Amino acid sequence: MSEFEPKIVAFVCNWCTYAGADLTGTSRIKYASNVKIVRFPCTGRIDFMLLLKAFAEGADGIIVSGCHPNDCHYTSGNFHARRRWVIFRGLLNFMGIDVNRIQFSWVSAAEGAKWADVVNSTVTAVRELGPYTKYQKAADYLAQQDQSIIDGQEAMIIK
Amino acid sequence: MSKIGVFICHCGENISATVDCEKVAAEAGKMEGVEFATDYKYMCSDPGQTLIKNAIKEKGLTGVVVGACSPRMHEPTFRKACAEAGLNPYLCEMSNLREHCSWVHEKNEQTTEKAIDLVKMLVEKVKKNKPLNAIKVPITKKALVIGGGIAGIQAALDIANAGQQVIMVEKEPSIGGHMSQLSETFPTLDCSQCILTPRMVEVAQHPNITLYTYAELEHLDGFIGNFKATIRLKAKSVDYKLCTGCGLCTTKCPSKKIPSEFNEGLGMRTAIYTPFPQAVPNKPVIDRANCTYYQKGKCKVCEKVCPTGAIQYDLPDQFITEDIGAVVIATGFNVLKTDFFPEYGYGKYADVLTGLQFERLASASGPTLGEIRRPSDGQIPKKIVFIACSGSRDPAKGIPYCSKICCMYTAKHAMLYQHKVHDGESYVFYMDIRAGGKNYEEFVRRAIEDDGVNYIRGRVARIYEKGGKYIVKGADTLLGSKPVEIEADMVVLATAGVSNPGAEELAQKMHVSYDAYKFFAEAHPKLKPVETNTAGIFLCGACQAPKDIPETVGMASGAAAKVIGLFSNSELTREPLIAVVNRSAPPVFSTCVGCCMCQTACPYNAIEREEIKGRDGSVIKTVAKVNPGLCQGCGTCVAFCRSKAIDMQGFSNEQMFAEVMALLNE
Repeated sequence: MSEFEPKIVAFVCNWCTYAGADLTGTSRIKYASNVKIVRFPCTGRIDFMLLLKAFAEGADGIIVSGCHPNDCHYTSGNFHARRRWVIFRGLLNFMGIDVNRIQFSWVSAAEGAKWADVVNSTVTAVRELGPYTKYQKAADYLAQQDQSIIDGQEAMIIK
Repeated sequence: MSKIGVFICHCGENISATVDCEKVAAEAGKMEGVEFATDYKYMCSDPGQTLIKNAIKEKGLTGVVVGACSPRMHEPTFRKACAEAGLNPYLCEMSNLREHCSWVHEKNEQTTEKAIDLVKMLVEKVKKNKPLNAIKVPITKKALVIGGGIAGIQAALDIANAGQQVIMVEKEPSIGGHMSQLSETFPTLDCSQCILTPRMVEVAQHPNITLYTYAELEHLDGFIGNFKATIRLKAKSVDYKLCTGCGLCTTKCPSKKIPSEFNEGLGMRTAIYTPFPQAVPNKPVIDRANCTYYQKGKCKVCEKVCPTGAIQYDLPDQFITEDIGAVVIATGFNVLKTDFFPEYGYGKYADVLTGLQFERLASASGPTLGEIRRPSDGQIPKKIVFIACSGSRDPAKGIPYCSKICCMYTAKHAMLYQHKVHDGESYVFYMDIRAGGKNYEEFVRRAIEDDGVNYIRGRVARIYEKGGKYIVKGADTLLGSKPVEIEADMVVLATAGVSNPGAEELAQKMHVSYDAYKFFAEAHPKLKPVETNTAGIFLCGACQAPKDIPETVGMASGAAAKVIGLFSNSELTREPLIAVVNRSAPPVFSTCVGCCMCQTACPYNAIEREEIKGRDGSVIKTVAKVNPGLCQGCGTCVAFCRSKAIDMQGFSNEQMFAEVMALLNE
């Protein structure tokens, strides 16, 4: 059996980590191909509902990365992201979602090598944790429940 | 119904070497809503762009995805091409197949699979894109130049001579920077002061330049064309309107034992001082930390001797606010000092100097009036050793980069020494001689061949004192690492050029990026060397990386040209990637509930409250409203919004969710 290849989504800001990942490319540093980057203007823009959606759609791990504290292109977006993460992590944990599958980091535009490290270490960590289907199943189940309620209502109306 | 066009670029072989571009295009062609998909060798070239334009016209495309390099590189190129073909430019997106895929992965199936996924994400995103129109904002035609060294002087003069207003801020009491400290300059050996001081005076007298010395940038708000700068004018304790610059106070001041910054600690200055005789403005300031009156409460000698009553002890720091259209950062560099080299005894041995200290010794305006004399005993050194790459190119010291100027100034120092001490012997320890530049290599050859400087290729392991001499122990690697020992009278370390202390703090104030060594980062290493990542803020000189005077001046003129170019328009077009609060027909008006959490999240105060009124003038609802002139498009408010009423153009919730779902659904 071939090794489990995790699906990982990276939510990164345009100014630091996206540019840092560009530098990884310009420096020709190789890293695992499991991570796909979604570009945001700022980590402050990252709605944490997106993280839940990613898990619901079958992501095995998530990276959120932006500018180092004080380096935000928009002054304070990364602080908002950090604060949101502190609160959100507690909530996720309470909901039974494995927070070890989310890697939160700062990668600047000059840290091409660090981006490769972040990706590789996250891939290794998530590979050890195995596929993440628990939340996906729960989300699917809830969606079905919703659907049956809607169907039921429609049936009632027809009657 | 979407009609998306997908264009996959080979980038020569940069992408096609590891990604099967034909397969990516073929797979993209099968994606839902894709009307047309193709691949081409160079999509950014003229024929490549024509290919896109023709496809837009012929197929009636409603969206374009270009799978090529980073959008940070060519997004404007392709958006412009789309606009030329009649498609709204914001209906074009780029998928980063080069920096984020082909360059970072090996050639295999997974890499091509990833490329297909990346294209699919953007195809799904672009389906949700909406046509947007650029925003127009006015420009304040006044530039702020931070730093009054040769870089700042050149930039300020160029901008001012083009008829635009300039404000120059210099943190020291005089402009001039490091160049004013230099003795003679390579490769022509012309006197630094002779070429610099006329330009300093020109700055001070220029009708378009407002000069603030002993001042620092406190705060910078706003955006390109519309910055607001708060400048701290540090208390000089001297009223410059009354001061005539006679200099009586500086001669009478009793605190005379303060190491002079200008002379790199080799000379002394008083507590009330002008840094050097040719200072601009040539008026003194009181160094409060070293002044007897401020420290002990009595003295006031300067006040007694001042013929015009210009001394004012209780002047506080002042703050002024200026409207600015563009900023040029020209804060320069520093040389590594402190006790960074324990093995060379710097700081312990009085005659082990930095290159900048040697400049002061060799300078006619220096503490020895240009004679090379040992700081310890005033003797003329008969044997002198120069050590190149002190710190530079030494990863163990945390400075892996080359400081670029040291090879040249070391050759110059050795030459100056030979010209002044005819019977002296000079030795240079070097790793490589890097003399790239017009007449540079010839200059080094002159030092070796005409002036008889002994160049030894090798490193110095240790310096220690023995009987009044400094024993320099090194190796000559061209003789098979043969140990070399020189009994020197003086040692000069060509210490690495490093960023200024405070550079990081300044970068954070202005929201510009900096590199791992705290040098300011240019927007693109080759194509945008004078721009920063923040629009309207430009860079020049050694604050970006160590560089010599010709290069600094060239870069300063480059930055000035960018500012003049910006100021040549009365209006500026800005990307419409900003937040908007939704509006709908009555009775809903907007899904905004008016909690205004977005207002607290916004770093730019771009969100206002708006009252929606009925015909009778009564308030029906209070909702948030984004000021498009102030919004910078960070999107923090979007993630904050509880009712999802505020969304960001270009990075809307719909678009971002579409990307994530495209990526994960097989």
